[in-house]
Amino acid sequence: MTRIDDKFATLKAAGKKAFVTYIMAGDTDYDTSLEIMRGLPAAGVDVIELGLPFTDPVADGQTIQLAGQRALDAGQTLKKTLAMAKTFREDDTTTPIVIMGYYNPIYSMGVDKFLTAAVDAGVDGLIIVDLPPEEDAELCLPANEVGINFIRLATPTTDAKRLPKVIENTSGFIYYVSMNGITGSASAQVDAVAPEVARIKKTTDLPVVIGFGVKTPEAAKTFADLGDGVVVGSAIVERIARGDAPADVLAFVKTLADAAHS
Amino acid sequence: MNDLFNSFMTGPDENGRFGDFGGRFVSETLMPLILALEEQYEHAKTDDTFWAEMHDLWTHYVGRPSPLYHAERLTEKLGGAKIYLKRDELNHTGAHKINNVLGQIILARRMGKTRIIAETGAGQHGVATATVCAKFGLKCVVYMGAHDVERQAPNVFRMKLLGAEVIPVTSGRGTLKDAMNDALRDWVTNVDDTFYCIGTVAGPHPYPAMVRDFQAIIGKEAKEQMQAAEGRLPDTIIAAIGGGSNAMGLFFPFLDDKDVNIIGVEAGGKGVNDKMEHCASLTGGRPGVLHGNRTYLLQDDDGQILEGFSISAGLDYPGIGPEHAWLHEIGRAQYVSITDVEALEAFQLCCDMEGIIPALEPSHALAHVIKIAPTLPKDHLIIMNMCGRGDKDIFTVAKALGFEMGDFA
Ligand SMILES: Cc1ncc(COP(=O)(O)O)c(C=O)c1O
Repeated sequence: MTRIDDKFATLKAAGKKAFVTYIMAGDTDYDTSLEIMRGLPAAGVDVIELGLPFTDPVADGQTIQLAGQRALDAGQTLKKTLAMAKTFREDDTTTPIVIMGYYNPIYSMGVDKFLTAAVDAGVDGLIIVDLPPEEDAELCLPANEVGINFIRLATPTTDAKRLPKVIENTSGFIYYVSMNGITGSASAQVDAVAPEVARIKKTTDLPVVIGFGVKTPEAAKTFADLGDGVVVGSAIVERIARGDAPADVLAFVKTLADAAHS
Repeated sequence: MNDLFNSFMTGPDENGRFGDFGGRFVSETLMPLILALEEQYEHAKTDDTFWAEMHDLWTHYVGRPSPLYHAERLTEKLGGAKIYLKRDELNHTGAHKINNVLGQIILARRMGKTRIIAETGAGQHGVATATVCAKFGLKCVVYMGAHDVERQAPNVFRMKLLGAEVIPVTSGRGTLKDAMNDALRDWVTNVDDTFYCIGTVAGPHPYPAMVRDFQAIIGKEAKEQMQAAEGRLPDTIIAAIGGGSNAMGLFFPFLDDKDVNIIGVEAGGKGVNDKMEHCASLTGGRPGVLHGNRTYLLQDDDGQILEGFSISAGLDYPGIGPEHAWLHEIGRAQYVSITDVEALEAFQLCCDMEGIIPALEPSHALAHVIKIAPTLPKDHLIIMNMCGRGDKDIFTVAKALGFEMGDFA
C-alpha cells in the first residue's frame, strides 16, 4: 500500500471522491509555490500533482507552458522540485505527491539517481506524459520496483484493444484525459466522458480520476461524480499567473474541493 | 564487427530503436495514431502499387532522377578530390523535401485523412507539403517559428499561394523546435482527420525510418550514377544535417559499402563552444528525449532543451535524427561542424565557380568539401548532396554580406 492507495481507500470508506490539483513547481518562484503547496491539504486537496517544468511541454496549452517558463526563469530545476517535495513532507506525511511532467529532465539526471532522490523526498507517484506503455522499461518498471506508483493517462483514443496494455503496469490510479487535446483548452463534455469512464471501470479496479478541461466548482462536482475523482490544473495555474496571493489561490482551491467533495 | 551484425541497414528494431536511440516517446493520445501509421507503412513498404505511384510522381511531378554533376571548376580550383554534386536542388519546389512528402501524402490518402499538418524551418518542407496538398486537394496547415517566418519570407508567400495556412509560432525562440511542438499539439487535438507530415528523420517511430526510406532514392540514384560515370563507388559522401533527412537519404544505400567514407555536417553557427550558439547536436550535445525519440540534444544540466543558433533556418534544430546518433556512436559515420561564416564563403564560391546558387543548408556541406578536397588525391571521388537551391536565402545572404536589396536600382 502506497500513500496513494491509502488515500483512495480512506476516501472510498467515507463515500467521498478524490480532489486532485496540479500546480507547477517553482511558479512563480520557489517560495511562492511551496507556500501554495503547503496550503493545499487544508484547502481540501487529496492528491497533489506537482508539475515538473520543461522547455518543450508538447501536451500542454499556453497556461501551463507559461507556468513552466516562469518557473524555469525563476531558476527551478528537477533537484529543486524534489527538495520542495521533501520540505513539504516535513509537516505532511499523508497527502500523496505525484510528480507530473516530461521524461528528459529525469533521464538527464539518471533514472536510478532520480528514483532514489524521489523516494527520499517522499514522492508517491509519477505521471510522465511522454512515456507510453511501449517505453515501460525506461522508468515505469524501475519506479514500481522502488514502490513509486506509475500513473498512466488513458485517453479517448485508447480503444478497447489497447486499454489492457495501458492498465497493465499502472498503479495508484488511472488518469482519464477527458478529450483529445492539450491541457487548458476546451471544457470537458459529460456526454463524451461518462461512457468512457464506465468502460475503463469495467476493465480495472483502480480508481479512475478525470482531468483536462475542468475549470469550475460545478464541473469539478460533475466529473468527480462520474468516476473516483477529478483533477483541476490550468484554472488554478491561471490564478497564480495573474498574481493572486497564495491565500486567494487557496481560497479558490477550497471552492473547487468543497464542490468535488459534496 | 561480428559477422552476425555486419549490416548497418537492418534498423530500426521492432521498438523503433537504432541501438539505444529512437523509440516512441509520445503521449497516450498519439500512441494509437503512430501505431496505425506504422501498420500502414509496413504494408506500403512491400506493396508494388505504392512504389509504382511514388516512382510515377517522382518522375513526372518532381523531375527525378536528379543529375549527378561533376563540378569541374570547383574541383580544379580546390586541386584535389574529384567533386560531384547530387543535384536535388533541381527537384520541383527546390529541395529534397518533396521526395518524402509524396510518400507521406500517399499514405495519408490511403488512411482517409483529409487534413495535413507540417512543421517547417527553412520553409522548404512547408512548401513541399503545401504543393502536394494542392495537387491532391487536401487541406494544409503549416507551423513555422515566427523568427523563421521573418527570415524565410519568400517561402511563406509561396505556401500561401499554394493554399496552405501558415501559423507563426511565437513560443521559445520561434524556430523549428517550437514549430514542431505546436504541430504535435495540433495533432493531439485533431486526431480523427489529421495526418502529421514530419519533414525530417526525427519524431517517434516509424517516422525516422519511413522518412529515410522515402529519401533513400537520393542515395540509390547516386550510386547508380557514380557507377555509370566512374565505374565504381565514391570514396566519400557528404551532406548537411538539420534533422538529417537529406543526409540519411544519401547515406543509407551506402551504409554497408564499408570503404565509403560518410560525413555529416552540422551547423556550427557562431562556433561550437560552451556559449551554445550553434546547432551541432552530436558535436556539442548529449543523449536525451525530445519530440518522440531519444537522440543527441543540445540541453543544459537540468535536461532543459537549448535553442541553438544557425544562419540557416533549415539547420536550426537542437536535435538530430536517431539513426545519425547511432551511426555516430558506432563510428560508421563521422560528424563535423561548419560555422555560419564558412557556409557563407562556400555559398559565394559555388555561385561564382559553378553557376549554382545553393541553399544555406548544403552550403555547410560544401564548406566541408572545400576544407578536405585539397588534402585528397585527384582520384578520390566525393559526392556532396546539393539538397536545395538558394532562392529562399538571398535576403539572408544579402543582409549577412552587408547589401541592401534596394541598392541595386
Ligand atoms: C535545402 C535544405 N537542406 C537541408 C535541410 C535540413 O533538413 P534535413 O537535415 O532533414 O535534410 C532543409 C530543411 O529545411 C532544407 O530546406
